[in-house]
Amino acid sequence: MKTILIVEDSATTRALIRAVIDELGDVQTIEASSGFEALKLLPQQEYDLIITDINMPDINGLELISFVRNNQRYIHLPIIIVSTERSEEDKKRGMALGATGYVTKPFKSGELQDIIKKTIGL
Amino acid sequence: MKSSKKEFIAEAEELLEESQRLILEIQDTYLTGLNPDTINALFRSMHTLKGVSGLFGVQGITTLSHALETLMDDVRLGKIDMTAEVVKFLFKNLDILKDITDRVSQDADEGDISAYTRDIESFRVSLKGRADGDSPLAQIDQAILKVLSEYEEHRLKANLKEGRGIYLAKAVFTLDTFDTALEGLTKAIKARGELISTLPTSENVPEGSIGFNLMFSSMAPIGDVREEVGYDLDTLVPPRAAAPVAPPVAAAVAEPQPRAQDTHLKSTSTTVRVDIEKLDRILNTVGELTLAKGAIKRIGVELVEQYGHNALVYDIHKISQTLERRLAELQDQVLEIRMVPIGQIFTRLAQIVRRYSREIDKQIDLVLYGEDTELDKYLAEEIVDPLMHLIRNSIDHGIEHAEERRAKGKKESGTVILRAYQKGNHVVIELKDDGAGINIEKVREKAVQKGLAEEGADLSEKEIIDFIFAPGFSTKDVVSDISGRGVGMDVVKEKLSVLGGYAEIETKKDVGTTFMLTLPITLAIIKALVVRVGAERFAVPLTSMSETLIVEHKDIQTIEWKEVYYLRGEMLPLIRVSTYFGFAPAQSDRSFAVVVGFGERKVGLLVDELYGQQEIVIKSLGDYLKKLRGFAGAAEIGKHEVILVLDVESLIDDTVVKQKGGAIYV
Repeated sequence: MKTILIVEDSATTRALIRAVIDELGDVQTIEASSGFEALKLLPQQEYDLIITDINMPDINGLELISFVRNNQRYIHLPIIIVSTERSEEDKKRGMALGATGYVTKPFKSGELQDIIKKTIGL
Repeated sequence: MKSSKKEFIAEAEELLEESQRLILEIQDTYLTGLNPDTINALFRSMHTLKGVSGLFGVQGITTLSHALETLMDDVRLGKIDMTAEVVKFLFKNLDILKDITDRVSQDADEGDISAYTRDIESFRVSLKGRADGDSPLAQIDQAILKVLSEYEEHRLKANLKEGRGIYLAKAVFTLDTFDTALEGLTKAIKARGELISTLPTSENVPEGSIGFNLMFSSMAPIGDVREEVGYDLDTLVPPRAAAPVAPPVAAAVAEPQPRAQDTHLKSTSTTVRVDIEKLDRILNTVGELTLAKGAIKRIGVELVEQYGHNALVYDIHKISQTLERRLAELQDQVLEIRMVPIGQIFTRLAQIVRRYSREIDKQIDLVLYGEDTELDKYLAEEIVDPLMHLIRNSIDHGIEHAEERRAKGKKESGTVILRAYQKGNHVVIELKDDGAGINIEKVREKAVQKGLAEEGADLSEKEIIDFIFAPGFSTKDVVSDISGRGVGMDVVKEKLSVLGGYAEIETKKDVGTTFMLTLPITLAIIKALVVRVGAERFAVPLTSMSETLIVEHKDIQTIEWKEVYYLRGEMLPLIRVSTYFGFAPAQSDRSFAVVVGFGERKVGLLVDELYGQQEIVIKSLGDYLKKLRGFAGAAEIGKHEVILVLDVESLIDDTVVKQKGGAIYV
């Protein structure tokens, strides 16, 4: 059983990502509605993947990526950015900070599933 | 007057007229893209003025225009950035030039201009030092810049441009309490400036803890900020000292006379002025399109349900997605066009301050901060009158006369600070004076007299101060020429409520009063949460809410007849929307709470169901239903269905305030 942390402030997008992941089968999802909440959830259990939005109130996706990459405990934890086409530049910055990959909103379910499968080896 | 002098005056006036036109153009365009030709033209007109006045032997104007020419040369060559500060400075000096020209035309002495020249020179030198180095970001550590989103980087640049100081607060919290602690720190920072980025870190942090590097901007010097924030701070960039508005020039400045501009047929400007009504109409059309888009999307979903996935259905789906994206872009662009820097209205208010302080013989230093803060043009225009009223109030009733101030050990001239900044989806406009403060006892007396409060009622200071927003309330013993005229604070509050904002007051005896007006950044299309209460659906604007929760009815407690819920250890007053509107209460063990309002006005609205977010176009209820309390308007959603939009502020007022301070709004 793999565990994925979804960090996204829009409840709708979160539900959408969850639905897409559910189709993959043996995966459970934990959801955070902000970067802030993600920080609280991170130490509570082991995750196999983080899927995060970039533009969120309080702590944004880039700050979250930077935190994860600079923390010994999470250094190898893969991160996929899910962000809109309007944040091209932000996505580049996220990759530079050490994100594993990205998917542009709006995305096809197959697109997200492919990158998840590739990243966590389903 | 000699004819040669007449000739000079005519020529000088024409050049000053031209300069005024150019500075106005710079003011309108320096944020959106300045035309270098405009800067160049202003530089040249100063150059010409210098030549002409030198020729006629008008020494003062020669020296002054020479100093301004040098300043403009630096701007022209990019050694000095064009900012609101520079624009303001140019206007100020244009006024001085006009003033001296007037005096020359009346055969009066030019007066001593050496102070003005020194002022220009030191202003120029101070700016030039700053523009050194290509990017303002050069002063910031790369490690910090890397994690900024594009927007945060923009805010950082804008703040640097404004001359605010950039500080870094480092805090370490334990993992189980960091949320409340960080919230407190964030609040303290926001009270002093703008929070730009919150970077969590685990470097040099003990096990079981988490560190945060918060980068924020503030106009205040590090000592003041440190005191307020209460954490160790690093200064990344120190703030520039703010220049107070110079005391008014003694002689009256003549109103500029518009003159036909036949020498410039081709304009150097590429901007167009558009009537805000036209933009309103575009926005309305965008709103209607958004509804149509929603319908297409829904049809797409229904088609999938009926016919499954086929090529045509897929096409509809794709098209509706494109439509959605483009519409969002269009909407953003139109909203952006409507945005104006708040400096536009600040300049107007500054003139009023100058005029009134002279009329009633009080020396006022007006200090402006955050003129670059952007606000919807409509909101900016709507807020200018309430602001003017508040400023007049401050000058008239707040700031004491010089001798009284001296007696209190204050400096003779009063200070009025007008500050604007963005806070989430809102713009906060702060008006702060260092006057006598609101006389709490007088307000209480008056409130009792007006029957708003009972004699001897146990009221907090805040509750008493809130009385001044009550209709017809005034403590003015003598109606002065300036702020009398029957406009009361209730009108200010009313106006803010209509605009979706609210007002707060802080006051301290002999220290001064601060009014904080909070407004949404834009109007028109808003995101809203659609909720169900009984059989009705309502929209709650997202800008006024912070979160939603499920509340088990068994967890609701009653304290002093108020229903409350403990949210993360803090008491959250609850409002049952069904009770408010007189619906039958739902039979259920749990409700949803929509948390709205800020600070002390934070409440939970209990509703039966949450339907999700939606973009809505708020339409006015029309004159007939305007008096109905609790609604901000109506909105059309989905299949030609109309729902009412809740006016969160009046709900909070009617419930929280009424419960706290006795019946105020009856």
